[in-house]
Amino acid sequence: MSKLVVIGDGMVGRRFLEAVVQRDPSWDVTVLAEEPRPAYDRVRLSAFFDGVGAEELSLASDLPGVDVRLGEPATSVDREARVVRSERGEYAYDKLVFATGSYAFVPPVAGADLDGVFVYRTIEDLEAIRARAAGRRHGVVIGGGLLGLEAANALNLLGLETRIVEFAPWLMARQLDEAGGGVLKQHIEKLGITVDCGTGATAIEAVDGRLRMATNRDDLVLDTDLIVFAAGVRPRDQLARECGIAVGERGGITTDLACRTSDPDVYAIGEVAAMEGVCYGLVAPGYAMAEVVADRLAGGEATFPGADMSTKLKLLGVDVAQFGAFDGPLATTYLDPAGGTYAKLVLSDDAATLLGGMLVGNAEPYPLLRASVGGKVPGALADLLSSGEVEGTLPDAAQVCSCNAVTKGRIMGAIAEGCCDVAELKACTKAGTSCGSCVPMLKQLLAEGGVEVSKAVCEHFTQSRAELFDIVKVTGITTFSELIARHGTGAGCDLCKPAVASILASLGGGHILEGEQAALQDTNDHFLANLQRNGTYSVVPRIPGGEITPDRLIVIGEVAKEFDLYTKITGGQRIDMFGARVEDLPKIWRRLVDAGFESGHAYGKALRTVKSCVGTDWCRYGVQDSVKMAIDLELRYRGLRSPHKLKSAVSGCARECAEARSKDFGVIATEHGWNLYVGGNGGFTPRHADLLLSDVDSETLVRTIDRFLMFYISTADRLQRTSKWVEGLEGGLDYLREVVVDDRLGICAELDALMEQHVANYADEWKGVIDDPEKLQRFVSFVNAPEAPDPSIEFETVRGQKFPAGTTARSHAQPVLLGTPERK
Amino acid sequence: MQTICAFDRLIPGRGVAALLGDGTQVAVFRLLDDSLFAVSNRDPFMHANVISRGLVGDRGGEPVVVSPLLKQAFSLASGACLDDASAALEVYAVEVIDGEVRVGARAEVEAVA
Ligand code: SRM
Ligand SMILES: Cc1cc2nc3c(=O)[nH]c(=O)nc-3n(C[C@H](O)[C@H](O)[C@H](O)COP(=O)(O)OP(=O)(O)OC[C@H]3O[C@@H](n4cnc5c(N)ncnc54)[C@H](O)[C@@H]3O)c2cc1C
Ligand code: SF4
Ligand code: FES
Repeated sequence: MSKLVVIGDGMVGRRFLEAVVQRDPSWDVTVLAEEPRPAYDRVRLSAFFDGVGAEELSLASDLPGVDVRLGEPATSVDREARVVRSERGEYAYDKLVFATGSYAFVPPVAGADLDGVFVYRTIEDLEAIRARAAGRRHGVVIGGGLLGLEAANALNLLGLETRIVEFAPWLMARQLDEAGGGVLKQHIEKLGITVDCGTGATAIEAVDGRLRMATNRDDLVLDTDLIVFAAGVRPRDQLARECGIAVGERGGITTDLACRTSDPDVYAIGEVAAMEGVCYGLVAPGYAMAEVVADRLAGGEATFPGADMSTKLKLLGVDVAQFGAFDGPLATTYLDPAGGTYAKLVLSDDAATLLGGMLVGNAEPYPLLRASVGGKVPGALADLLSSGEVEGTLPDAAQVCSCNAVTKGRIMGAIAEGCCDVAELKACTKAGTSCGSCVPMLKQLLAEGGVEVSKAVCEHFTQSRAELFDIVKVTGITTFSELIARHGTGAGCDLCKPAVASILASLGGGHILEGEQAALQDTNDHFLANLQRNGTYSVVPRIPGGEITPDRLIVIGEVAKEFDLYTKITGGQRIDMFGARVEDLPKIWRRLVDAGFESGHAYGKALRTVKSCVGTDWCRYGVQDSVKMAIDLELRYRGLRSPHKLKSAVSGCARECAEARSKDFGVIATEHGWNLYVGGNGGFTPRHADLLLSDVDSETLVRTIDRFLMFYISTADRLQRTSKWVEGLEGGLDYLREVVVDDRLGICAELDALMEQHVANYADEWKGVIDDPEKLQRFVSFVNAPEAPDPSIEFETVRGQKFPAGTTARSHAQPVLLGTPERK
Repeated sequence: MQTICAFDRLIPGRGVAALLGDGTQVAVFRLLDDSLFAVSNRDPFMHANVISRGLVGDRGGEPVVVSPLLKQAFSLASGACLDDASAALEVYAVEVIDGEVRVGARAEVEAVA
């Protein structure tokens, strides 16, 4: 087996490993990694201060056959012997890849090594900054470029009074011209951050536990609590230098377009590579290099396709974007100092071709403009510059997603092959999966590709489910017939009726079989049980949190025995009884209700289960009482009707035995409280839930879940699980957090009230039936022979239990994969 | 024709099943405008007697019932399956006399008429 050694497990190194394993898993791969944890998303590093944990940023992936040696930096390379050494061992290679990235550059300023002076590159850096900031008031960031602004934003978030010191005459001087930098400065200052351009730090000294920083302006001496250097990065080419590999004049390992260094068996990728003399400080070109080398190792001929250095960022609501050329033969600009927007387009001398440009304050046209670079200017220039409104279509060759190098042609192809929403496009083209700035463009292309994005519920209502929800809420309409008469057409169908039934129920419509509502319920809801293939039903009593006493277990056993039901433990930590005849349902439930059971809503688009692990009660690792929390949550949300079913789980520690991250809302205990994850899914398209909040107390947890659920119920489409809903939210998770935590839309009081109303009005649906003779009448096989069972239903016995007749025959009709053990 | 129940017993917009003398099962639906339809209760795809438990509504104006099992729509008037031309439900005659619902095979009604 050929041996491959990779130095560095950063963003690019990790992408490279994935690409190698995918293309040619036969390599024997060793990775030497300096950092104590596997690769993480450095691009989103600042999210760490938003409560996104290290684990959430992790890019760790399952890499069979790859030995990742964390916390073990390479210390030397012996090209003669073809080995890489560390303090712990020696690793032979046939091919070697440098993916060592960059280090943060700290200018030679006296005192730059004092306590309280930081750089902004790793999770450890951020942890140290956070620890230092605790209880202090003031911070200085040295550097007003992309990185410096991010760092300043972070200090601001940590509650420090923040000041930026930038050597260049204006902010983001590499991306913006003077006018653009000026508008940006206005925005930044409005956020309470002070900006000093045209000056730099000259010396730092420690004074009474604080820091004093001198600058080359005599009148500017700053007393502060901490200083962050964000003055640029330098490639980590030291090791390569030492072993005689060629490096560029301004640093970086020199490579050709195939990422080969001066030694043909050694490659360099990512920020450490100086490809034809240029170091790229962005992740997208690094990813492209990773793909190139993976292809080369598999015998291919790939070369670096060129890099798009466009950038877009949003800091505390300020949009800044730069794309293509920074300057050129012809430029038109638009400046609105009052509105805080600036736009500049760079054109060819005949004004026919867009070469590049920049936008400050409003970056809406960015995706289209960026994709149009090298082609015709889309739409009318004047409109574009002043209103940001754009129209027009792109050529197929235009790159729509620069992070993942996806062209418009590729996307249109995927649409033609049947991708019909953004989530599907992401899954099949990877477009939109990194920085996300191309997502609006994807939506536009879906429309251009003729994908009906109609959200109409069905042929009877042109409105979306969310619109119907609002109509019902605002008008107070309580019946389907009134709603369809006033806002729809025809008699309704199996799509709109259950959707409206669910809306009425979410808004507190009383028992779901009351009056006209009865006619709207899907058949499972109509019989408060799940219909099976042979016309019988299954019965699932609620077992909150999966906790059940022996006595109740016995009741379930007795009921199953008496009514001759097949029993099975479900995947939802409760027990399902199958094969119940419709006329037996009320008798079964009479027994269950008397023993204290309630409906488990296995039949409804409603809360199903809140699974739990044993947590602190029994488990030696548990840090919070997960069982109690699961029970509390299940009891709070039981009976809550929603656009699709809702599932939850609570784990007592990060080992996550309850699988909370596969749930619509999942809770994981931490030392300090709870982490809340939302938008998880098992099922057809599994998705891990995203971290919405961390380390919160129980009250904050429950309040946030209340709002999350009610916001979902108010705005999701019919049969849209939370995972798709979260993915489809424009602005994504950050937006969701702004709505349910920061109350940006001012609707939290209303969401809270809706949930209070639900909790106050909850009543067990089955109890409501067995106490009501009129409703009981419906539970018969035949209206003219209420006692008669359906004679066509027959059973057979398999593995000691009852099954629908034909089960054995059906199982023989399909290939039998597993034999049962031979009987002695 | 056989009497199955009082008209008032039927919930507008829902169905019931009736067992006829010869053992056939018929699904009877009362729509919101009080019109009545009767079709065979047996789902031709899954062979279970459950059509009476399906939701009713219209497709392009045609009154339909949707099988609760795999959700195919059937015309209440003709029995034709709108999603699979190879399947259909039997259609039965249904009438209300003195507040009682009566059901019978189509042939019976034609003979009477
Ligand atoms: C009984 C059970 C299987 C079992 O024996 O373990 C089950 C049975 C059914 N599941 Fe399930 N699911 C069961 C756990 C799950 C789980 C696991 C879990 O909840 O932890 C999943 C994946 C998690 C998830 O939902 O994200 C699951 C994903 C599905 C899906 C796919 C949902 C999706 O978003 O892709 C469907 C189809 C649907 O809902 O549209 C489904 C639908 C069904 C239906 C309702 C299909 C139907 O309409 O007949 C089954 C009816 C059960 C019945 O008649 O009682 N079942 N199903 C489990 C009941 C759990 C409970 O106590 O309530
Ligand atoms: C705060 C911040 C924000 C950013 N925002 C963006 C953005 O919005 N868009 C964008 O495109 N880019 C952004 N970047 C840049 C982006 O993170 C880098 O381009 C990317 O991480 C480069 O990947 P890499 O693998 O080359 O280097 P890195 O991710 O730095 O990984 C290199 C790894 O190699 C390890 N290493 C070094 N020497 C050795 C050794 N001798 N032995 C073992 N291991 C070693 C290092 O410890 C490190 O883990 C940002 C960077 C930061 C810090
Ligand atoms: S998640 Fe943690 S507390 Fe819960 S059972 Fe597993 S290890 Fe124990
Ligand atoms: S451009 Fe960044 S994800 Fe598409």
